[in-house]
Amino acid sequence: MSQDTLNFIFIGLSFALYIVIAVRSKAGSTKEYYTAGGGVSPLANGMATAADWMSAATFISMAGTVAISGYDASRFLMGWTGGFVLLTVLMVPYLRKFGKATVPDFIGDRYYSKLARGVAVVCAIFICMTYIMGQMRGVGVVFSQLFGISIPFGVMIGAAIVFAYAGVGGMKGITYTQVAQYCVMAFAYTIPAVYIAMAMTGHVFPQFGLIGDYTASEPIVPFLQKLNNINLELGFQEYTSGKMSTINMFCITAALMCGTAGLPHVIVRFFTVKNVRSVRRSAAWTLSFIAVIYLTAPTIGAFSRVNLIEKLHDTSYTEAPSWFTEFEATGQMAWVDKNGDGRIQYYGPAKSDAGTFSVFQGKSPVYPAYDAPEYQRIGTQGERLLASKSDDSNPNELWFGNDIMVMANPHMAGLPMWVIALLMAGCIAAALSTAAGLLLVLSTSISHDLMKKIIKPDLSDREEVNYARAASFVALGVAAYFGINPPSAFIAKTVAFAFGLAASSFFPTLLIGIFSTKMNKQGAISGMLAGISFTIGYIVYFQFLGGHDDHLLFGITPEGIGFVGMLINFAVAFTVKAFTADAPDYVQEMVAEIHIPSGAGEAKKQDFEI
Amino acid sequence: MEENHPRAHRRACLKLTLYLLAVWFTISFGAGILLRDWLDANFPSIGSAPFGFWMAQQGSIIGFVLILIIYACLMNRLDHEHGYSEER
Repeated sequence: MSQDTLNFIFIGLSFALYIVIAVRSKAGSTKEYYTAGGGVSPLANGMATAADWMSAATFISMAGTVAISGYDASRFLMGWTGGFVLLTVLMVPYLRKFGKATVPDFIGDRYYSKLARGVAVVCAIFICMTYIMGQMRGVGVVFSQLFGISIPFGVMIGAAIVFAYAGVGGMKGITYTQVAQYCVMAFAYTIPAVYIAMAMTGHVFPQFGLIGDYTASEPIVPFLQKLNNINLELGFQEYTSGKMSTINMFCITAALMCGTAGLPHVIVRFFTVKNVRSVRRSAAWTLSFIAVIYLTAPTIGAFSRVNLIEKLHDTSYTEAPSWFTEFEATGQMAWVDKNGDGRIQYYGPAKSDAGTFSVFQGKSPVYPAYDAPEYQRIGTQGERLLASKSDDSNPNELWFGNDIMVMANPHMAGLPMWVIALLMAGCIAAALSTAAGLLLVLSTSISHDLMKKIIKPDLSDREEVNYARAASFVALGVAAYFGINPPSAFIAKTVAFAFGLAASSFFPTLLIGIFSTKMNKQGAISGMLAGISFTIGYIVYFQFLGGHDDHLLFGITPEGIGFVGMLINFAVAFTVKAFTADAPDYVQEMVAEIHIPSGAGEAKKQDFEI
Repeated sequence: MEENHPRAHRRACLKLTLYLLAVWFTISFGAGILLRDWLDANFPSIGSAPFGFWMAQQGSIIGFVLILIIYACLMNRLDHEHGYSEER
């Protein structure tokens, strides 16, 4: 049986499973549409949240990021999991008790202000939109590779599937589908890691392999020492020590943590369980499920880096393993024979005077058109030629994208075909689960917070759900458009935006709203505006207006500036509050009420059939 | 006594939360970033991994999971002691 057929069978089976689950748990009321009726078990909700959390980008690229930057990538590992701790102990139990379906709802009611609600809605829409674009693109890329169709067509198929179960099934359908998706993802991620750990270190658990000995060839040395030696030999930074400054590392980690704790699509996940007690249990489950993948990612990164270098460095192109040409064909790897010796050389920045190691000019490879003459497309060794100019300031000849470490891992380790098929199904599960969760938050923000609470208060509940479905259709259309025509440079930069914005707006505002009874709307709104405008201004200046690195505040890169924006938000909010009246009594009572954990089970929102 | 319930409960919750956040800060920002170089040099390695590096890539995540499990158990017990339990 060929690889393609096997891929097709695995993905087809997993899809059939998702659709059956979605249809069986179709939402019957608004409450089920928004929060799955509030009756999902903590364990199931934990799995679903973990699937929602793990985006296609995390699933595919994180191990690659760790492989390339070693210790420095710890900021993502700690940032995204540590943020979850903040989210759990500071936010969700209280927001669950408050009992409204969305985050802007809480901000609007707590600060008794339409303006606050409006700012929150805009932030929520922006954050979700940024995320969902990347997911649609991911689905499209995987589909196009699988079935040999064009990326736009792949994006369209993905969009249709997401709409089918997110728009129709609502939160209830999504939750149970995500449970299945988590299982697919977890197996797809860990099985190749176990295989490769066995091959390289003789340990079954990759986590033990990482700290164990390298046993694949003589001499037997500690694995990390082997990796450090390889890195230093080729002119890279020692794997276990980073090159980022401590303050920058600190700020980026903090911004990622606080940003994570402010992500609206994760917060709403916890409205689907029964009461505050279950929220806490569910959050503990979620992080355990996330940890299964996050503890494996650094091991995949380290193992496949060694594997990749051993297999490719100083090998002649004609003798390179067959998977290398396959990934060359899809544009995920590239080789430019700078010295003309027909061998692949991989070198780091320390091997050149200029301190660079880019293979070609520009961020990603550009290829000649398909109808270009053959001498422009195929080189003397049979390699795929680039249209990009080569960067001759250094001797490095090998380029690979971040996603290669996960995607090529099974090929490099020579794993059976069904593992590769499972991995494909896992990638698609990761993209679909996150896209569906985001789509729901996006459509709720538009129909509930924008239409019902701000523009048209007399909207009936039935109309509201219809608006939500229409909004998810439109949002998906926009996301699919950007998935097909990615503003490529833009997407990578907007990730800094999404986290910076969540860290400087939602996180501090929610935190003050929950823990300070007296904070008033003037303080909160001015804090939010100050935090957001500082963060956006800083990011725009350095990312889009070409600000020079010398002007960075304390050397903090735009990725980490959300942390400073958050401090500004706090400072401004408390300063303004000191000069204005306290929040009205009924708001203070409301805040006192959310700290009492019992009674969250009662439906605050009217429930009815749709 | 009845009226003091919410206040005492809230203070106890806050205290527990702050303790756990102190641990959270120590294992991630403390061990993984600020003190990493010192820990790498002066602490015993975990297997063959330097201590600070291991904390940053593995230890902190394991610690986070434990924090949340402890949080769920202790908070739910705290609610019970203050009479806010919803379990039948």
